[in-house]
Amino acid sequence: MAYGARIKDHGAEQRLFLARLIVALVFIITLALVVVTRLVQLQVVQYDDYSAQSQGNRIRIQAVPPTRGLILDRNGRVLADNQASFDLVLTPEQVPDLADTLGRLVATGLLAADELAEIRTEIGAHRRYEAVTIRGHLSDLDVARFAVNRPYLEGVEIRGRLSRSYPYGGALAHALGYVSGLNAADLKEVDPVAYAGTAQIGKVSVERSFEEALHGAPGQEQVLVNARGRSLQTLERSAARPGDDIMLALDLDTQLAAYEGLGSRRGAVVAIDPKNGEVLAFVSTPAFDPNVISAGLSRKAYNALQEDIDKPLFNRALRGTYPPGSTVKPIVALAALHHGTLTPADHVYCGGSYSLPGSSHRYRDWKPEGHGSVNLQSGIEQSCDVYFYQVARELGIDRLSGFMREFGLGAATGLDMPGEKGGLVPSPEWKRGAFKRAALQVWFPGETLITGIGQGYMLVTPVQLAHATATIAARGTRFRPSMLLATRDPLTGAIAPATPAVLPAIDAVKAGDWDAIIEGMHGVLQGARGTARAVGALVPFQVAGKSGTAQVFTVAQSQKYKAMDVAERMRDHALFVAFGPLDDPKIAVAVVVENGESGSKVAAPIALKVMTTYLRAGLPGA
Amino acid sequence: MNTPRDSERDSRLDILGRLLRWAHLDPPMLTGILAILTFATVVLFSASGQSWGMMQAHAVKVAVAMAAMLVAARVDPAWLRRGAPWLYLAGLGLLVLVLVTGDIAKGGQRWIDVGVRFQPSEIMKLAVPLTLARVLHERPLPPSLALITGCLAIILVPTLLIAVQPDLGTAVLIVLTGGTAIFLAGLGWRYITGALALVLAAMPALWFVMHDYQRKRVLTLLDPDSDPLGAGYHIIQSKIAIGSGGVFGKGWLNGSQGQLEFLPERSTDFIFAVIGEEWGLMGALALLVLYLFVVGRGLYIAATAPDTFTRVLAGSLSITFFFYVFVNSAMVTGLIPVVGVPLPLVSAGGTSMVTLLTGFGILMSIHTHRRLGDAVRR
Repeated sequence: MAYGARIKDHGAEQRLFLARLIVALVFIITLALVVVTRLVQLQVVQYDDYSAQSQGNRIRIQAVPPTRGLILDRNGRVLADNQASFDLVLTPEQVPDLADTLGRLVATGLLAADELAEIRTEIGAHRRYEAVTIRGHLSDLDVARFAVNRPYLEGVEIRGRLSRSYPYGGALAHALGYVSGLNAADLKEVDPVAYAGTAQIGKVSVERSFEEALHGAPGQEQVLVNARGRSLQTLERSAARPGDDIMLALDLDTQLAAYEGLGSRRGAVVAIDPKNGEVLAFVSTPAFDPNVISAGLSRKAYNALQEDIDKPLFNRALRGTYPPGSTVKPIVALAALHHGTLTPADHVYCGGSYSLPGSSHRYRDWKPEGHGSVNLQSGIEQSCDVYFYQVARELGIDRLSGFMREFGLGAATGLDMPGEKGGLVPSPEWKRGAFKRAALQVWFPGETLITGIGQGYMLVTPVQLAHATATIAARGTRFRPSMLLATRDPLTGAIAPATPAVLPAIDAVKAGDWDAIIEGMHGVLQGARGTARAVGALVPFQVAGKSGTAQVFTVAQSQKYKAMDVAERMRDHALFVAFGPLDDPKIAVAVVVENGESGSKVAAPIALKVMTTYLRAGLPGA
Repeated sequence: MNTPRDSERDSRLDILGRLLRWAHLDPPMLTGILAILTFATVVLFSASGQSWGMMQAHAVKVAVAMAAMLVAARVDPAWLRRGAPWLYLAGLGLLVLVLVTGDIAKGGQRWIDVGVRFQPSEIMKLAVPLTLARVLHERPLPPSLALITGCLAIILVPTLLIAVQPDLGTAVLIVLTGGTAIFLAGLGWRYITGALALVLAAMPALWFVMHDYQRKRVLTLLDPDSDPLGAGYHIIQSKIAIGSGGVFGKGWLNGSQGQLEFLPERSTDFIFAVIGEEWGLMGALALLVLYLFVVGRGLYIAATAPDTFTRVLAGSLSITFFFYVFVNSAMVTGLIPVVGVPLPLVSAGGTSMVTLLTGFGILMSIHTHRRLGDAVRR
């Protein structure tokens, strides 16, 4: 063994050790200097840089979302407001035993057992200190139930917030729209800074068109945060500016009358004040409950709404395009009077059908046995198709379609609501551009005839129909339809009225011509042989109107139309337009009832109910 | 010359001196350690988020560690020399036991639960230098190749057992402790240069045997911004904390990085960053000076120790203590990869406090048993 071969030399070993100790000391001092140098580099040389970084770490600027403005009717009644609602929230890090807590919530009836999987997923998607909403919109009973069980539900609490509330639900659903969570598409349209703290944005209708005013301006809050982003303390706060209140032209009673009138049918009602274009009623049915959508709809529930055969999300008043049918006949007559191709006294014989010269094709009248000898008054009153075939043929399509366009038909009216459809007033020029095949580009004389009774290619929206009717009522003076009456500053209460937008008037038409068609429309409701005289007789005002029936599909030649044989959804649409009082029109209304079959029997009562409701309110003592 | 008052003071000092001598304590080293512990307590109160619970746990740990130091100081180095191999074998046994049954804390198997939880690797921090000092003491120096090989085996067996836990930091420190002991014993320079060359050559190979998280730590040291919220987060936040402290610091309890919890592990491995943030460059330098004073006193004890066993033991314990300081402060300032080495005597948690103060107790024992040791040597 090597051990025995050498002898320990204590003196040499000690000298060797001391030498090594000095080497180690030098090494230690070197390393210490390295650390000191590094500290100087970080704390002296780069101090400014790291100091700035540490400031940025701890202060976060948060937006304080503004309170959304109210929506009021023309009399100041609240149509949409913000109500405190109570949510059940759970903060995972404060819950001692999640399974036990969820079990108790189910046992007390605050949660449904089949929601648990979804709630667990939701909890898992949040940080442990973040409060997760496990149930929204608690009822008073739920709140009471929670209060009783609170000692056993550590980490669960009730949290209040402002949520959008629509007290009249479906009656104003399509007029007001709804608010819903901001999505990526919304963020492209709005200023992301202004919406930094906002959870919901107006999606459609009035909530969307006046979004900017309703939203207000956010405030700012400087918050001290920790590394996990939890707010510890508010350092500075500037208040948000609440959104403006929007006062709509709508009259709540009139709106509700229209909604009740349509009942369970599919259809739309639009009522306009002819003196200024203010929209007094705006209804589309079936509707949806905007409270439910604003509270947050599951994808499944939303899909169910979208796939509903009755299309409750579809705004028929704004975007539904229908052939106007006979409701355009007064305008056709006015065009002919104006262009001199017709006088009120001209007679046409109606034998139940009409044929163009040199053609055997028969254009049928709605009354197979015919109306006999018809003039302007009886032609409008009884809605004689043959009379208007003749009038349209003599007027010609170019003058006819041009005059209809002057009334605003076939084009968006400019209503202050997003997404309005234009519809269509056909003309030879349009047809050349609309079809690819040469054979289809030709305008046939027969197409002029059916345009004269509002059928064929022609499509209008209920808003356009109401607007055109208001134009007749105002004898050519035109206003852009407007939902907005005024905006109100919520802080000062100052009201800024909207000014009516005047559109180019139809002022070339002689007063006598207006009188002639208006008298015809008066006869429809309150004449001896008017198509809707049964309805008009019940009204305590002098009113004018016109019924219409729009074909959903073309019935084959000589085949008798049998409603019973056609599926309900294939039945004709029923339309009615009306205005009153005759001597000083205050309201013009258009009603469309899908598959309602008869304008006079189904649509007219709704139109008159709406008018009566509005006009009665204006009577002394009402 | 001597007033009665002076002599009264002298006699009081004399009582204290006699007490210290009886306890075999070394006044300069004890002063240094108490200064560090006092500063550590102040810092820890802030770094723990003013948690009285943690302060209590810390107080208990300090008390236990001080008791261990008092015991170690009174043990004659000769007894330590005899017991060293047994401690070493017991440590090895526990390391094997940990691998088989150990608790899993923070992703590694390091702990053993015997009423109190402790890490057997802590035993090895003392057992390895003790055993090496004994082996070197009994053989002629400078060490022969056979002796070097034997010493390497003594170092590497526990190192490997600790490295597979995996606890890279402790494994590296044990290699450094053992290496220091052999170096102080007079390891030939050709062996040293050879070993360094071997380490450099082995670097690429080491890369392949490292765990993924270990590789990540190395990579993030080179470019912390490559993964600012993941592996680079510790280094970035720690550098912000220290850098933003400036020369005089943000003040006690006022360090936003630490108080707002941007700084991870603020009361344990990264507590040096809290010092840098709240006490600035001045505080960090003051602590370094205290450390260097204690290390310097340890080296002085080594230089004046009576035999090879005590010299090598005192030297390697002192230098190892400095390694702890260096590795932790270099890691926290982003000079070396993040390895789990606490700041000695300051970091909360772990069992290293007991080990360290036991080591200082041994140093004091070596110093205070010098003449006594000569007298009673058998």
